[in-house]
Amino acid sequence: MRERYLPFLATIAVFVALFVTGGFLYKHFFSTLVIGHILVDNAFIIVAAIGTTFVILSGGIDLSIGSMIGFVGVVMANLDAAGWHPLASAALMLGFGVLFGAFQGFIIDFCEIQPFIITLAGLFMLRGACFMINLDSVPIRHPFVSAFAEANIPLPGGGFLASSAIVMLVALAAAIVIAHFTRFGTNVYAIGGDRTSAALMGVPMRRTIVSIYALGGFYSALGGVIYALYTSSGYPLAGTGNELNAIASVVLGGTLLTGGVGMVAGTLFGGMILGLIATLINFNGSLNGAWIMISGGVLLFLFIVLQRSLVGSFKLRRAA
Amino acid sequence: MVEAGGAGVVETTTPRIELRGISKAFPGIQALAKVDFSLNPGEVCALMGENGAGKSTLIKVMTGAIRRDEGEIRLDGKVVEINSPGEARALGISTVYQEVNLVPTMSVTKNLTLGRQPRRFGLVSWRAARERARERLRRLNLDIDIERPLGSYSVAIQQLVAIARALEDDTRVLVLDEPTASLDARETELLFRIVRDLKSRGIAIVFITHFIDQVYAIADRISVLRNGRLVGTGSTAELPRFKLISLMLGRELEHDEAQIAAKASSATGEPILTAQGLGRRRTIAPFDLSLRAGEVVGLAGLLGSGRTETAKLIFGAIRPDSGELDLDGAAVTYHSPRQSLRQGIAFCPEDRKAEGVFGELSVRENIIIALQSKRGWLHRLSRDEQERLAQEMIKTLDIATPDADKPVEQLSGGNQQKVVLARSLVSGPRILILDEPTRGIDVGAHAEVVTLIRHLCEQGLALLVASSELDELVAVGDRIAVLRDRRKVGEIVGAEITRENIIKTIAGA
Amino acid sequence: MDQPSATTTRPSFNLRLRALAGQRAVWPLLALALILIVDGFVSPGFFTIRIVEGRLFGSLIDILYRAMPTAMVALGMAVVIGTKGIDLSVGSVIAIVGATIAWRIHEGDPHFVILLIALGAGLLCGLWNGFLVAILDIQPIVATLILMVSGRGIGLMINLIYGGTNPSFLSPLLQNLSVGHVGLIPTRLILGAAIFGALWLLIRRTALGLFLESVGGNSAAAHLAGISARLIKYSAYLISGLCAAWAGVVLTADTHTSDPVSVGLYIELDAILAVVIGGGSLAGGRIYLGMTIVGALVIQALTTSILTSGLPPEYNLVVKAVVVLIVLLLQSKNARGALLRVFGGRRQ
Repeated sequence: MRERYLPFLATIAVFVALFVTGGFLYKHFFSTLVIGHILVDNAFIIVAAIGTTFVILSGGIDLSIGSMIGFVGVVMANLDAAGWHPLASAALMLGFGVLFGAFQGFIIDFCEIQPFIITLAGLFMLRGACFMINLDSVPIRHPFVSAFAEANIPLPGGGFLASSAIVMLVALAAAIVIAHFTRFGTNVYAIGGDRTSAALMGVPMRRTIVSIYALGGFYSALGGVIYALYTSSGYPLAGTGNELNAIASVVLGGTLLTGGVGMVAGTLFGGMILGLIATLINFNGSLNGAWIMISGGVLLFLFIVLQRSLVGSFKLRRAA
Repeated sequence: MVEAGGAGVVETTTPRIELRGISKAFPGIQALAKVDFSLNPGEVCALMGENGAGKSTLIKVMTGAIRRDEGEIRLDGKVVEINSPGEARALGISTVYQEVNLVPTMSVTKNLTLGRQPRRFGLVSWRAARERARERLRRLNLDIDIERPLGSYSVAIQQLVAIARALEDDTRVLVLDEPTASLDARETELLFRIVRDLKSRGIAIVFITHFIDQVYAIADRISVLRNGRLVGTGSTAELPRFKLISLMLGRELEHDEAQIAAKASSATGEPILTAQGLGRRRTIAPFDLSLRAGEVVGLAGLLGSGRTETAKLIFGAIRPDSGELDLDGAAVTYHSPRQSLRQGIAFCPEDRKAEGVFGELSVRENIIIALQSKRGWLHRLSRDEQERLAQEMIKTLDIATPDADKPVEQLSGGNQQKVVLARSLVSGPRILILDEPTRGIDVGAHAEVVTLIRHLCEQGLALLVASSELDELVAVGDRIAVLRDRRKVGEIVGAEITRENIIKTIAGA
Repeated sequence: MDQPSATTTRPSFNLRLRALAGQRAVWPLLALALILIVDGFVSPGFFTIRIVEGRLFGSLIDILYRAMPTAMVALGMAVVIGTKGIDLSVGSVIAIVGATIAWRIHEGDPHFVILLIALGAGLLCGLWNGFLVAILDIQPIVATLILMVSGRGIGLMINLIYGGTNPSFLSPLLQNLSVGHVGLIPTRLILGAAIFGALWLLIRRTALGLFLESVGGNSAAAHLAGISARLIKYSAYLISGLCAAWAGVVLTADTHTSDPVSVGLYIELDAILAVVIGGGSLAGGRIYLGMTIVGALVIQALTTSILTSGLPPEYNLVVKAVVVLIVLLLQSKNARGALLRVFGGRRQ
């Protein structure tokens, strides 16, 4: 067995185990309905996490995701009030996401500052901007929103695939192509694996790093668009703390937090695991949100230790 | 004939690559001065020289990484301009650097094709990429699973993959910068098989190494650089070991030979520290060594011969995997500098930037830190005490600093070296291990350090001094342990200690 | 040295200015002074300190008062950052400490014992983080992320132990530590000063500070100098856990309720910011306790001025972000170079 697939397989094993556990514990759990719901409820997080996967693969981190989700929603709600079509405002916000991400990437590379602290400033900036625009929730009333929310593909077994889940799957497919079938994608892995070597092997560093964060910005903005359409509103506190969920999804999806190793597809399952835990806890009824956080932390710990031992095996060979 | 300029070499073919009168100056140093270098097709030339000889500068000029100040480069007789590594590659000059510069977490395929993956309809075709990767490895007769991450292979295989990446169809010159530095004997043989094969295909190979045995095993010709000048070149047969090492080490005329005579041959007492069969795989072969109070033991050998490793093994900074250490006649085990420091052993490292100074801390803090760690964190040295010790050392070693509170990173390199030396002295050792104590120190201070070492020895310290400068060792040493290719090959005592004898022992003649 | 002599007369003023600018303490103090002066212009009476009901009142006292929890957390953070680490879990530690206090009060423990238990809970968190960083050798950001993600959940769980529906409580001892006052002075200022003093004694009157800085500055050299990097790093996370626990006591007693979800939200970011504004480099190697306090005051002064200027408090975030960016840009060699080129270009 190839060791680099090990974290990914662990992810799938955890997902299946959780799903089977749910099936044994609760009636009606084994259904496409439950799967469909998990996909819809977590689509925005997973989309944002897909972008974060690239950032983390390159050895960086992006904390501005949650604020981006909130900001996109607030702007879209206000543009809706001004008579914009949601698709037009969505396109605008996607463009903004790319530019904002690229700006962060540029500062990170140019000033050689840890991505952690720059994207932290990004977190503050976007969240603050939300409050500058609105303090309360603003509804998005355009008929397109309800049409979008209702559109779905029925699944066998009574479930359905809602439009936000479909957008998420398309975004995932695009990300898989970018990560695994473009030169840019391989460059991301190279930078995360060994920055110095990557530069010596001719990877264009600044262009790649700016593109990585631009891509991250695009995906978190897309997550924001999905969230705004899903809740048909813009709320300045929306997405608070979602950066942690996104990072956790990426790590649970088998991507090494130190960069260089991982698969974009894993992030889907990582996000689904978090969703599944939340669903299981909701099914129980007597448990509360605390369990979600703690089990997330425990899983995170287990995956990080698993990854640590894998990285250890790489390092040993290298130093010998 | 061996002669600067290589005029004696009979040329039968047009050299594959020829460098004529190459000079390169960096601020404050003439890195290369009118160096000539040539290489025939299918020839392996070993480029030899100690630290600062100009090897890497010459390589960088050849591969376009830096621009020369003067001189010309000819490739197969035609004058060429090489202004970037890309241009060098396009001309057929490929380089494999010392550390494997590949990405260990990526698969072999990805490493081999990074930046030049074959594409279909804008997307990478991994099927074609794998085919290319296999083809590249086939040139080296290497049959490995190309989908595994590179890091899961041994360093030797990684090295070969790096060569495979560097080799193009039209490669005419291949530069191998210390490819065998971290390989064991079997792995080195694997690499050599491939080098011989490449040679038979007419590729000219520049081989840089510190291992003398390997030079004679693989090279057709040797060029020796010292202080930026070509001091000799000739076929391997014309350049026996003794001659080669003499050329490499040269002679520093600044030293006062009188010191040698002034040296009191001393120490007959029981050894304080004895190493028996101490060694570590891939680092240094098991060796015996003893240190006595009032005696200076020198560690001689070329760059990469295992001097630093020997010193660190005795200090406990590297964990041995064989042998034992006796301190005062009783077996001791220490596995960390923390423990050896408490046993009264101090170490002054060679690489002051990486292992020596704490740049942001003050001169005072840098000087007292080893003593402080010996005393433990609770028994803090008072500020006055720290100041006193620091001032004492600043005076003794003549450290150029306005005051003891200046951050050490603002001092010149030589003064930083003295600060690190001061640190090991202040810790109050019985046994003092100095690795290149005079590296980066100007000539005046050089003599002071030599005097200081003798002085410390007279006070009853046991000293172990590793140095690349033979004159320094001859000046201070009561006994010289000689290393070659990571193995102790001899010990020279008392009146026998001369440059010539050391060189002879290194050469193994 | 090798500049042409014609230019040497002019830069003498520049040089002096540069020497002053090189003093690391100048910038944060300058920033603090600037904010306060602007405040003084915007709201008259800003600098007035009155005595009301036997206590000091006034905007300056208010800034000090509100800055204390962040300052306490930032002190521990400064130590961790000095070792080239970071502790993201401090907010979670505060939540856990708060829940622990509410729980033990519900169980009826003596309040002095509860204080000790609360601090013990903080130490326990430090023990966990230290274990991950120093023993398992996991990157600090990643290691402390685990407790950051799960800590607030642990707080909620502790609330559940005793039902937890209404975890508010009364404790004269703890509330005195937080909102009480000794003579004219608010107790938490005294508490803050005591923590600062104790920490200063711990790291500057023993050799611990030197060892912490050496491990952060050059871990290979520290190893050769006989310093055990593991133990030293471990101690940094313990200190950080303890400092966060004190902040947890103050914040929890202030609201006399345990609210794990929102107590000390984003405080880790403020604390890191305070360290950075105070001149600490995220690359480690130096610990500036005093300047870290100044950093925390700068942040609080900013917040207070936004409040007094009538803007909604949320503008605070954008201002903070801009401050971080400016500080970081000034610290970056490339950005400084670019700035110099721009200004140098104009001068010619």
